[in-house]
Amino acid sequence: MAVEYVPGYPIMKPFVDLDNQEFWDGVNRHELLLQRCRDCAEYYHIPRPMCPHCRSTDTLEWVQSSGKGHIYSYVNFTTDRMAYPALKVPYTVVLVELDEGPRLTSNLVDITPEEVSIGIPVEVVFEEIPDGITIYKFKRREA
Amino acid sequence: MTQTIRDKAAIVGIGVTELSRDSGRTEWKMACQCVKAAVDDAGLKMEDIDGMVKDISDPVDALYLQKCLGIDNLLFASDSHWGTSPLLSAVTAIAAGVANNIVYYRSVNGSSKRKMISDFRAAAETRDDSLDMIRHDFYSPFGLITADGRVAMLVRRYMHEYGAKKDQFGWITVVASEHAAKNPRAVFYDSAITIDDYLKSKVTVEPLHALDYAPEVDGALAIVITASERAKSLKQRPAIILSVAQGTATEGQVFSSYSRPEITGLPETKLMAQELFRVASVTPKDIKVAQLDDSYAPLVAMQLEELGFCGRGEGAAFCEGGNRIRLGGQLPINTSGGFLGEGYIYGTHVVEAVRQIRGASANQVDKADLALVASGAGGPADGLILRT
Repeated sequence: MAVEYVPGYPIMKPFVDLDNQEFWDGVNRHELLLQRCRDCAEYYHIPRPMCPHCRSTDTLEWVQSSGKGHIYSYVNFTTDRMAYPALKVPYTVVLVELDEGPRLTSNLVDITPEEVSIGIPVEVVFEEIPDGITIYKFKRREA
Repeated sequence: MTQTIRDKAAIVGIGVTELSRDSGRTEWKMACQCVKAAVDDAGLKMEDIDGMVKDISDPVDALYLQKCLGIDNLLFASDSHWGTSPLLSAVTAIAAGVANNIVYYRSVNGSSKRKMISDFRAAAETRDDSLDMIRHDFYSPFGLITADGRVAMLVRRYMHEYGAKKDQFGWITVVASEHAAKNPRAVFYDSAITIDDYLKSKVTVEPLHALDYAPEVDGALAIVITASERAKSLKQRPAIILSVAQGTATEGQVFSSYSRPEITGLPETKLMAQELFRVASVTPKDIKVAQLDDSYAPLVAMQLEELGFCGRGEGAAFCEGGNRIRLGGQLPINTSGGFLGEGYIYGTHVVEAVRQIRGASANQVDKADLALVASGAGGPADGLILRT
C-alpha cells in the first residue's frame, strides 16, 4: 500500500550539503548510491566525510547499490499522534537492510501495515512525491 | 585510569518545583526558584555557589540565571550532553579544585510549551534541520520524525530477536504508576493502572502504546554538589557520589543508531556502566535501588541488561509481573514513579536517588545505602552511584 500525502502540508526536504549531495543527485537520477571506501571496501550510510575505519577523507567513493535487501525492522503509525502530519495514517516506516550491509529508513509501496513483517525481501523503487521531491521506496521482490 | 573522582563530591541540596501540566510561569523563573530552594536545603548561602552546570538542551541561560540569583562571582560553568551528564562536569571540577559548590539545574515547560505540529510545518518550510538535533533527511521524508517512532523501530527489532512481548514491557509502566500513586509530587499521584489498562490503551506507533511514553510536564529542579569533606558539616545527610560516568559509542545517533551491527542494545549505556562500576568498585548485586531512564518504557528493559542486572535479551522478562522491580523486589526501580509516573524532567531520577539515600522517599527502600541512576538511554548515556 502506497503512502498517501496530505495535500498542502509541506514535506521536510532533504538537507543537501557537500557531504551528501552525490547521494541525493543519484536519487534524482533514480539511482541508489552508497559510499564505499576504496581501501577497506566497507560500505557506509549515512553519507559522511571520512571513513571511520581508515580515517581517510580521500578514499570514499560512490557506487551503485543493488537496491536489494530485506525488511530489518518497521513501525506502523496508527494515529495522528506521533505521526508526521504530511502523511495520512496509517502508514508504515521500514528499516531496510541492503545486501551490501547499510540500512535505510524508507516506505513500502505494495505491502500493507497488516502484511508487513521482518525478513520480507524487497528492492528499491523511486517515486516523485509532492513538493517536487524524489525519494527511494521499496517493493516486494521474489527471494 | 585512577579513581580520582570516587567519593570526592556529594549532593548536599535538592530543590524541586511542583511538576504540572502548566506551570504558569517562565522557565527562567522556575530555575530561580528551584536553585534558591536547593541552596536553602543545603544550608548554604547563595554567595557560596561558584559553579553552574546544565545540559545543552536546557532553555535557561546560565548567565541570566546568575544575574537573577545575585551571584556576583562564578568560577565554573559548563554545558554537557543531554540528561544528567553535567553532574560529571561538576564532580570533576570539584575533584580538581576549580570550584567549591556547584549547582546543576534543569528547568523546562515541557507540557505547556510542547512542540506542536505547527513546529513541524515551520521546520519543513524553513528547512530547519535542527528541530530534533539529528539529520532529518534520511528519516522525515518517510514520516519517521518523532523520537517516539524512532524508538519503536528499535523495540520492534528487539521483540523479533528476543521474543519479548508487549505486556512484558507494560509492567514497567504499571510499576511506575504504582510508585507514582504513593508520591504526592507525581503528576500521576493516586492513579495506579493495571496491566489490563495498559493493554487496552491506545497504540500510537505500533508496537508501542501511548502509555510507553513518559508524559511531558512543566517543572524545574536544582542539585547542589560540594566536596565530600565539606558536606559533613552541612544541613542534610550527604549523598556521597561514589561514582559518576558518561558514555557514547559506535555509530551513535539520538534514538536512531540504526547503522550499528546490532540495534537491540544500548552500547552507550554499557560503556557508561562499565566505567561507573569500575570507579565505584561495586557490582550490580550491591545496588539497592535504581532510577533508570524511562522516557520510553522498553528502554528500561535494555538498560537492565546493559547495566548488568540481567543477561542480554532478558530485560523484558525481568520486568514481567513487576515483582522484581517494584518496592520490596530484588531491584526496585523508579521509586518516585520515574519519568512515566512522576513526570518527564531530567534530573528527577537523581533527586529521587538522593531521597532514598536520605531515607526520605515516598517509596523508601530498606537500607538503601547504594542507589544507582542511569540516564540518556538511546543517546549519550550517563549515570551515577550514590552512597550513604
